[in-house]
Amino acid sequence: MTARSEMLIQESKLGLKTLTIKIKRYDPEKNRFRTSIYRMEVSRYDTVLDVLLKIVRTNDHTLSVRYSCRMGICGSCGMTINGKPRLACMTNAISLGEKIEIEPLRNFPPVKDLVVDLEPLFHKHKQVKPWLIRKDFEEQFNPKKEYLQKPEEVDRYRIFSMCIKCGICMAACPTVASNPRFLGPQPLSQAYRWIADSRDEGGLVRLEIVDSQDGVFGCHFAGACSASCPKNVDPALAIQFLRRLVMRR
Amino acid sequence: MEVLKYDLLILGSGLAGLRAAIQAAIVSKEKIRIAVISKLHAMRSHSVAAEGGIAGVLYPEATGDSLDLHAYDTVKGSDFLADQDVVELFVRFAPEELKFLDHLGVPWSRTPDGRIAQRMFGGMSIPRTAYAADKTGFFIMSTLYDNVLRFENIDIYHEHMATSLIMENGYVKGFTVLDLKEGVLKVFLGKASIIATGGAARIYGFTTVSSSVTGDGAAMSYRAGIPLKDMEFMQFHPTGIVPSGILITEAARGEGGYLINRSGERFMSRYAPQRMEVAPRDIVARAIVREIQEGRGFIHEESGLGYVHLDLRHLGEEKINTRLPFIRELSKKLINVDPVHEPIPVRPTAHYTMGGIHADTYGHIMFNSTDYVPNLWGAGEAVATSLHGANRLGSNSLAECVVWGRFTGESAARYAENASSSLLEVSSTVEEIFKREEKRLFDQMFKPELNAEDPYIIRQELWRTMDTYVYVFRDEKGLLEAGRIVRDLKDRFSRVRVDDKSRKYNMNLKEVIELGNMLDIAEVVIVSALARTESRGAHYRTDYPKRDDVNWLKHTLAYYTPEGPRLDYIPVRITRWKPEERKY
Repeated sequence: MTARSEMLIQESKLGLKTLTIKIKRYDPEKNRFRTSIYRMEVSRYDTVLDVLLKIVRTNDHTLSVRYSCRMGICGSCGMTINGKPRLACMTNAISLGEKIEIEPLRNFPPVKDLVVDLEPLFHKHKQVKPWLIRKDFEEQFNPKKEYLQKPEEVDRYRIFSMCIKCGICMAACPTVASNPRFLGPQPLSQAYRWIADSRDEGGLVRLEIVDSQDGVFGCHFAGACSASCPKNVDPALAIQFLRRLVMRR
Repeated sequence: MEVLKYDLLILGSGLAGLRAAIQAAIVSKEKIRIAVISKLHAMRSHSVAAEGGIAGVLYPEATGDSLDLHAYDTVKGSDFLADQDVVELFVRFAPEELKFLDHLGVPWSRTPDGRIAQRMFGGMSIPRTAYAADKTGFFIMSTLYDNVLRFENIDIYHEHMATSLIMENGYVKGFTVLDLKEGVLKVFLGKASIIATGGAARIYGFTTVSSSVTGDGAAMSYRAGIPLKDMEFMQFHPTGIVPSGILITEAARGEGGYLINRSGERFMSRYAPQRMEVAPRDIVARAIVREIQEGRGFIHEESGLGYVHLDLRHLGEEKINTRLPFIRELSKKLINVDPVHEPIPVRPTAHYTMGGIHADTYGHIMFNSTDYVPNLWGAGEAVATSLHGANRLGSNSLAECVVWGRFTGESAARYAENASSSLLEVSSTVEEIFKREEKRLFDQMFKPELNAEDPYIIRQELWRTMDTYVYVFRDEKGLLEAGRIVRDLKDRFSRVRVDDKSRKYNMNLKEVIELGNMLDIAEVVIVSALARTESRGAHYRTDYPKRDDVNWLKHTLAYYTPEGPRLDYIPVRITRWKPEERKY
């Protein structure tokens, strides 16, 4: 069978279930939110992103959604789905029930529709110096051989290195919501990721940065960051480790 | 007209672009001003989706590996269309780059003694693919992005999409760039530029790649008079998950996974008895499509797509969890299949653009076989240095990105250090091109018109055409039909409409610009494929099933003309390995 006839079969199959999709979208020209409601036929494999892109394609070309890889690794499509911050591309649509409510990610300024401005996150991320700090500058940029690192040493920072900078933990964090200066779960977990790397020598520099009320001591341990992280980074755990290191310093 | 001036402009923020930025910062001792311009957030380029690994000879004494062996594997894998001097340069620098990435902080998977672990990959005769679980691309991207932040002389422009290349007197002045967040067109001028915008596999519907992989850099270079090389060679990855096309890494087979047909048979024994599932991608992709065509595959209930099974069950839960955790996560989440207990449905999926902007050995971009664009370089999938020839070996592309990121970052920075600042002057050409682009984007597209065309319908039709006629197997009849359809789509595209009339983050406008790029690239792929009356690597013509070295041991160059691509050819550079029959 050629791919063409296969595609035709694909199109002739009807969606398996009709869902109501309610989207709270930001209109930058009028500086206000409005709600659009769509009825969509959805198959059992469709993710929320698939459904949104189908709306864009067949129903409303003016809807803006930030998306790219559709496989949960680029971090583009964070949004609030039925009240929770999630990646649209990793959220099965039918499993959410008959009605899906979608809003932009919270705790970030809206840009348009479901697209928010993540610059505040990128700025805070940079503040913790998220790179390998070494004294052997010459060797670092002109390597002779690799820095050895045992598998168990990789294990110490591996889960924290999974961060895709999607902003979901920041959107879930009640402290970020009330204190915009609070560094927040994403930068703090990344500060720990680099400190915990056996190749790194910048631990003290970073502990200095996070030792404040807007750093590790701003966290109230609601745990919403770890509960919502799509990559299981566990920022709350990283913040606890950081606090311990700060206290011992 | 907002004008931003830099010593060096880097278009694209994948592995190649970010590596180039770092190298340029290092060699200039952080003196020159560098802009990284990305139509995405710069950490979200498609490189993040690379799973399996990055090739390089790291421990020759321990493994019996050698640079010569890596080079030979690559040349043979390319079906002898690779330029062999390029291959030799590549294998020499790849190990350096692996160590460099280690020094920036990549969390490699390690051997018990702390060295970088390496796994088996298709067409490689020895395990020489370094990896970080099955998220190698993500980890390298994340590490490079974070390390770019340490250099104060690099400015990152997130969500800035280049729309055209400004050429004057044979030099590149810079680019017109649409700031997506603000919806404003800007001009970026640079003394030197690097194009690292990635491939074009989004001209297909069934594909592994991100929605962003629309060949923008290649399309704008092509329209500015720079030829595209070897575009008929589009790689189909054998194992795309059905029904989405999302990648199941070759590492799944490298780690010992089987391909199984409907009768439970490991059918690769018929096609590559020595290498079985770790034969090169073109061979495995054809084998799978043959199995499906001859009725030995399965038919997917919802989508109607034919497929075969990728069986990992015998690897056991522990190995799957440590070596292939992302594959398990994706299968479970997207199709509710746990590979520990069930096989994964797969079929070949458009994956990698072996062709690209015509560049020389070091990534210097060329107008033809002899003349250079003096201040323009290119790296990664966007360009064809002729490393991969007719078929790329898995895990060579990540290495390619960092090796040529390094070369071009260094060359372009050296050039910019000594270049005349007259390159940064706002000339009449700059003003004209800016005005033309503003008119094209904001006036013509927004203008309501009778019989205006819907871009999403055109895109669906393009995808259907490419998936059907320009897939793993091609023939003259299908390619002629595809060419006819795409020309018609281009005509319809000239009357396309943008429904969204707002400026800020106008996704509709962005996708229309991308569609224009995809249509140009698709036409080049089709015309180049129609002309090449032989089968070589990923380009398989059922009407010309044999490789024809007498007539076709040469590279295709496609030049833009208003009537469609004009083709020319240049020889393959052969140094040490004479073409031989390819057996696995």
